[in-house]
Amino acid sequence: MIRTLHRWPGLVALVLLTILALSGAALSVFPAAERLAAPRTEAGLTVAVLAERIRSAYPGVEQIRRAPSGRVIAYWFDAGAPGAAVIYPETGQGVASADPSQTERWLTNLHRSLFLDDAGRLATAAGAAAMLILALSGAVLVARRAGGWRRWFARLRGPLPGRLHVEIARIAVAGLLLSSATALWMAASTFGLLPTATAPAAPVPNHVSGQVGAALGVMDVLAQTPVAEFRELSFPYPGDATDVFTLKTDRGTGYLDQGTGTLLGWVDLTTWEHVTETIYMLHTGRGAATLGLALGLMALGVPVMGVTGVVVWLAGRRARPKISGNVAAGRAETIILVGSEGGSTWSFAATLHRALTEAGQAVHVAPMSAFDPARSGKAQRFLILAATYGDGSAPASAKGFLDRLTGLDAVPLAPVAVLGFGDRNYPAFCAFARDVADAIEAKGFERLLPYDTIDRQSPQDFARWGHSLGAALGIPLELAHQPVPPATEPLTLTSRRDYGAEVQAPTAILRFAVPEMSAWRRLTGQGMSRFQAGDLLGILPEGSTVPRFYSLASGSRDGFVEIVVKKQAGGLCSGQLVALQPGDRVAAFLRRNPGFHAGRQSRPLILIGAGTGIGPLAGIVRGNTQLRPILLVFGMRHPDSDFLYRENLVAWQGEGRLARLVTAVSRGDRPHYVQDALRGEAAQVARMIRDGARVMVCGGRGMAAGVSDALAEILAPAGLTPATLKAQGRYVEDVY
Amino acid sequence: MKSIVAALALTTALTLPGLAMARPVTLTTTLNNYGGDGAYLVLYVTDAQGAYAGSLWMAGGKSKYYQHLSDWYRATSGDPAQINGISGASVGAGRTLRITLDLADALFDAGYTVHVDAAVENMRDSPNEIAVPLTTKGAGTPVGGRRYVASFTFEM
Repeated sequence: MIRTLHRWPGLVALVLLTILALSGAALSVFPAAERLAAPRTEAGLTVAVLAERIRSAYPGVEQIRRAPSGRVIAYWFDAGAPGAAVIYPETGQGVASADPSQTERWLTNLHRSLFLDDAGRLATAAGAAAMLILALSGAVLVARRAGGWRRWFARLRGPLPGRLHVEIARIAVAGLLLSSATALWMAASTFGLLPTATAPAAPVPNHVSGQVGAALGVMDVLAQTPVAEFRELSFPYPGDATDVFTLKTDRGTGYLDQGTGTLLGWVDLTTWEHVTETIYMLHTGRGAATLGLALGLMALGVPVMGVTGVVVWLAGRRARPKISGNVAAGRAETIILVGSEGGSTWSFAATLHRALTEAGQAVHVAPMSAFDPARSGKAQRFLILAATYGDGSAPASAKGFLDRLTGLDAVPLAPVAVLGFGDRNYPAFCAFARDVADAIEAKGFERLLPYDTIDRQSPQDFARWGHSLGAALGIPLELAHQPVPPATEPLTLTSRRDYGAEVQAPTAILRFAVPEMSAWRRLTGQGMSRFQAGDLLGILPEGSTVPRFYSLASGSRDGFVEIVVKKQAGGLCSGQLVALQPGDRVAAFLRRNPGFHAGRQSRPLILIGAGTGIGPLAGIVRGNTQLRPILLVFGMRHPDSDFLYRENLVAWQGEGRLARLVTAVSRGDRPHYVQDALRGEAAQVARMIRDGARVMVCGGRGMAAGVSDALAEILAPAGLTPATLKAQGRYVEDVY
Repeated sequence: MKSIVAALALTTALTLPGLAMARPVTLTTTLNNYGGDGAYLVLYVTDAQGAYAGSLWMAGGKSKYYQHLSDWYRATSGDPAQINGISGASVGAGRTLRITLDLADALFDAGYTVHVDAAVENMRDSPNEIAVPLTTKGAGTPVGGRRYVASFTFEM
């Protein structure tokens, strides 16, 4: 609901809001510039002295105005010709033209009416309303994503566009709320929807003295009003003895006799006028130039958030299958909550949704992160389908779920079933789903079905679980899941390098051509248009619908797609890959893996890998054009057989892309493993970590555990542990 | 060029003196290129004593800016009834506002004066930009304004 409220105003008003934000940001510069350029007023200067100075310089002076920036402008008539100038208060002389800047005028008209007069004013008011809705709904979404309002500035994870979107939003939202709310107020005032701000003019004083020519200096009110409070002084018409001086200050408006200088009447500014002026100041920055600049700066975030918002939206649309007939949360009897990283769990949810709907149920499917029992009043059961990300973390669509769960005040009566999705080859099999099941149990939810798991997207497992669910609901339920094959692109092998045959570990570096794609796909970052070393290449082997993933050893800037593959005994996919010859094709797709990117910082890197784990590390070294210091620890069986990237590593070292290469050889007289090599470099490793180095480990699970132990020993004297580094995002693993 | 025909669309004050006897009068106001946004103009009439007699036309739609037409505003307190049905859009720099209306014969050669107050956003207010006595002799003679009006003519 909130997401919909955020998405549609954003998409519809994207262009309009971009225009308003950019013109607003440009306009925010003017008050600050005017403030800087305004001639200083000496302390203690009174209106009487200032007006006297101006009148001696311009005897025909009719009006003096002081802007909130401190700029004083005088208007006069001289021999029938009107004149105006910015005044230097110390002399009363004009120093600059008082004509408004044509650029500012143009920008103002664009900003408030798109040069379309009232129709344009209505459009910009609608834009302000859209901005207000976006800011409010966006704030709710940020809080939800971070896991609560108190975690507003929590560290963000996930793909760059989404991160950038939230990163900007959580700073800019304050300014955008202020600007859009004040804009709506001003629009309402322009269209006469608010009471007019101006109090009726004071009645013309009937009791003027009839005399003229009092000196400004003797007028008490003028002599007592400091210039800092002064806004406007209008002189009486020459030759009209009934006319008066009109003085406007921050406090109100007064009328002065031109013959005696006595105060004939005074009207205070009303509260309403104060409110209106404050709102005008907050929106335009006139009188609050620094705030104006800050608002302008925040407005610059709008176009960036527009673009990243569209990218996030498109990516989300692609990632999850279209669920037709999704019943609103408030009306659904069954709520399916999905925790999915890459989208495959969504396709299971879609199958479940379809089957339950066909059985006559009202079903709502939502990401786990949107879990909110308070909004699911009719729910009779919750079905949670949860994948696991990495070593037991929440997948993308389940971020914040556990926090929301623990934060619940009241436990709903509706019972819950938890189904985990994972791969039994991993020790952390369904670790997140397990955590969810435990937390639900601990919270005191009723259990609909015992906790169950689906191994490697098995349709058989899923159908079996469907039978138990059907039995629990008292309806026959057949879950016929056809895994939605990921959208693949054909990749053509251009070259291969072979290693390891002598050590019974046939391994190949496979290089494919980047597939050709349309400009639109490139621009929106779809498919293989943008990738970097550490991202994953999914390969769909012939005869299987389940993809296998390989770490990319190249970035899109390299102009090719490279992976390192070792032939597994009986492995379907690796067998097919290792048998490829140049010109052959495979079906592949890209999965981003932002957790294993080198990042753009200039801090040193410690790369540790063994066997095919060298792939993404070599890719990172190849892409190290900024020459950040890199220490690479590489474990192999025998240097004459499986020293992958040997020539390249030597060359990169020569170019400075690799500072130091340490190898460990596990076959031979003295077996030496990666962790041993690491211990041998203890001093340097400790020094680099002290300098802020990031550790990236890629390879088998056993090696990773050994490396973690070795690092713990190396770091202990410094009071650090691998766990603290992990928490800071400075120790990342890609293990298999 | 704006051409507006406002037959008998006058306030009672101006039509009362000679209800049966009225003649069409065309008031032409041409602005100079002062380099700003559209100008708010108000055309109104004062009697021989200088007292406000009635309004002829308000060019400018947003009442919150009327206070800048300061003479007219002071005389009327910005009363919207004074310009009810006789208002239109503001007039751009260099453009001409032409309105035709039936003015009572009794207004001519009787000391009445036509005034134009002008105001432009972010520029100086110009009350009493024009003040022309309503005389049959003065008809057709262009008069220059003080700040924004290049020429003002009334023709019968």
